[in-house]
Amino acid sequence: MKKMIIAASVALSMMAGVAQAQERDLRIAFDVPYAPFEYKDDDGELTGFEVELAEAMCEEMNADCEFVIQAWDGMIPGLMARKFDLIMSSMSITPERAERVLFSEPYYNTPGGWFAREGFDTDVTDMDAMEGKTVGVQRGTTMDTYVTEEMGGIVKIKRYTTADDMVLDLEGQRLDVVFVDYPVGEQTILSKEGFKEVGEPVKLGQGVGVAMRKRDEDLAEEVNEALATLKDDGTYDAIMNKYFDYDIKM
Amino acid sequence: MPEFLAELLNRNDIFTASTIMEYWGGLVTTVQLVFLSLVLGLLLAVPLAIMRTSKNPLINTPVWLYTYVFRGTPLLIQLYIIYYGLAQIEGIQQTFWWEIFRGAFYPALLAFTLNTAAYTTEIIRGAIVATPHGEIEAAKAYGMSWALRMRRIILPSAARRAVQAYSNEVIFMLHASAIASVVTLVDLTGAARNIYSRFYAPFEAFIFVALIYMALTFLLVFAFRKLENYLLQHQRPVNG
Repeated sequence: MKKMIIAASVALSMMAGVAQAQERDLRIAFDVPYAPFEYKDDDGELTGFEVELAEAMCEEMNADCEFVIQAWDGMIPGLMARKFDLIMSSMSITPERAERVLFSEPYYNTPGGWFAREGFDTDVTDMDAMEGKTVGVQRGTTMDTYVTEEMGGIVKIKRYTTADDMVLDLEGQRLDVVFVDYPVGEQTILSKEGFKEVGEPVKLGQGVGVAMRKRDEDLAEEVNEALATLKDDGTYDAIMNKYFDYDIKM
Repeated sequence: MPEFLAELLNRNDIFTASTIMEYWGGLVTTVQLVFLSLVLGLLLAVPLAIMRTSKNPLINTPVWLYTYVFRGTPLLIQLYIIYYGLAQIEGIQQTFWWEIFRGAFYPALLAFTLNTAAYTTEIIRGAIVATPHGEIEAAKAYGMSWALRMRRIILPSAARRAVQAYSNEVIFMLHASAIASVVTLVDLTGAARNIYSRFYAPFEAFIFVALIYMALTFLLVFAFRKLENYLLQHQRPVNG
C-alpha cells in the first residue's frame, strides 16, 4: 500500500512537471544602453525596440521570460555558460558568430552611419582624403569589420567597448569620425549640439537575429515561428513605428 | 607536446601571422607603459618618501594627501578621470598639451606613474622609518651632514628593506596595466580583446595572453631575486 502511494505521488509530481514545462522559462540577455534598441527609461525600467519585441515574442511563445543585463564582451560566453538562453541585443548575423551560436531568422537590419563634429568635411569614401584620420568603432561589430577590411591600413582605428565612451572621445576631439549603427548614432550623437551625419549610410551584413545555443534547435524553431507571426499580424510594425521613422524590418 | 595542446593548435584559426603580430604590438605597448611608469614612479617616489618622513607638516602633509588620494581610489577610476577628464577641459584641444594627451598612451602613462609613485612612496617611507637608530647616530657621530647621511646611510639601508615589497608593486603594476585597454590602448589585454571579439574564442585569446603575462612575471621575479642577492649579500653566511 505504502509503495503504491509513493508510486502514485511520483507519477503525480512527474505529471505536474510536464504541465509546468508547457510554460517555458526563458532568460533573455540585453546589453544596455543601446538606444533605441534596449535602454533604461527615466524610471529605470528596461525598454526599447528589442525589449518590446522580446516581450511580444514571449507572449506568443507562451513563455515566462526574465530579462538579463549582460555587457557585450561577455554575451556569447554567458550564453554558453547557460547564464541565459537567448540573446536579443542587436547581434548581427556573421559567419564567425554562426560557428558558435545558432541564429534565428533575421528580425531587423540597420545600416552603419558616419557621424562627426560640425566642420568635418572630408568625404568618407575618398581613401586619399581619409588617410591618417582617426575612426572610432565599437569592437567586434559589423562596423568594426567593415572599417578594418576596407580602410585598415589607411585610417587609424580606435575600438571601444561601449558607444558612450566612443561618443565621449568624438566630443573630446580624439576621434575625427565614428562609424556606428545608424539608429544608435542618430540617438546618441545627432541628439547633441555640434554633430552631424556625413556621407551615406552603408548597408552591412545579413541583419540581426536572436542568438541561441547550438543544441537548442527546438527553441530556435519556436522563436522563428513566433517572430514570423509577429511580423505578419502587425505587432512588429506597431513596435517598430514607435521607435523608428524608417523601415528596419527584415 | 601534450596531446591537447597539439590538438588546440591544429584546429585553431586564431594564431595566424596577423594575430601574432597584434599580440606582439600589444606586448611592446604593455612593456613600454609598465617600464616607463615604474621608472618615472620610482624617480618621483624617492624625494616624495624623504618629504613624507619630514617632521615639518608643510612638507609632510601634501605628500600624505597625495598618497592617500592615489592609494584610496581605484586605478581604473584614476585612468578614467585622466583620460576622459582631460578632454573635457575647455580649450585644451587648442594647446600643445593636446598633442600629448590626444592619444591614449600618455594619459595612461600619467595615471600609472602617479599611482605607482604613491605606493612606492609609502614603501620607501616605511623602509626609511625603520632605519635602526644606531646607524643614524653613528653617522651623526662621524659628523655627516643630513644630505650625506641620507645618501650614504639611510637610503641604501632603506633600499635593502624596500626591495621585497617593491618587487610586489612592480608585479602588481604589470597586471594593473591590463586596464589600459579600456581607454582604447591596444596593450596585451587590448590585443586579446580585439582578437576575442573577432573570433569569439575567449579561451584561446585570453589564455594566450595570460601565459605571456606569466612569462613576464617570471622574468621580473628572476630579476628581483638577483637584485636581492646583490643587495643583501652581506647578510648571507660566509660559506653559504
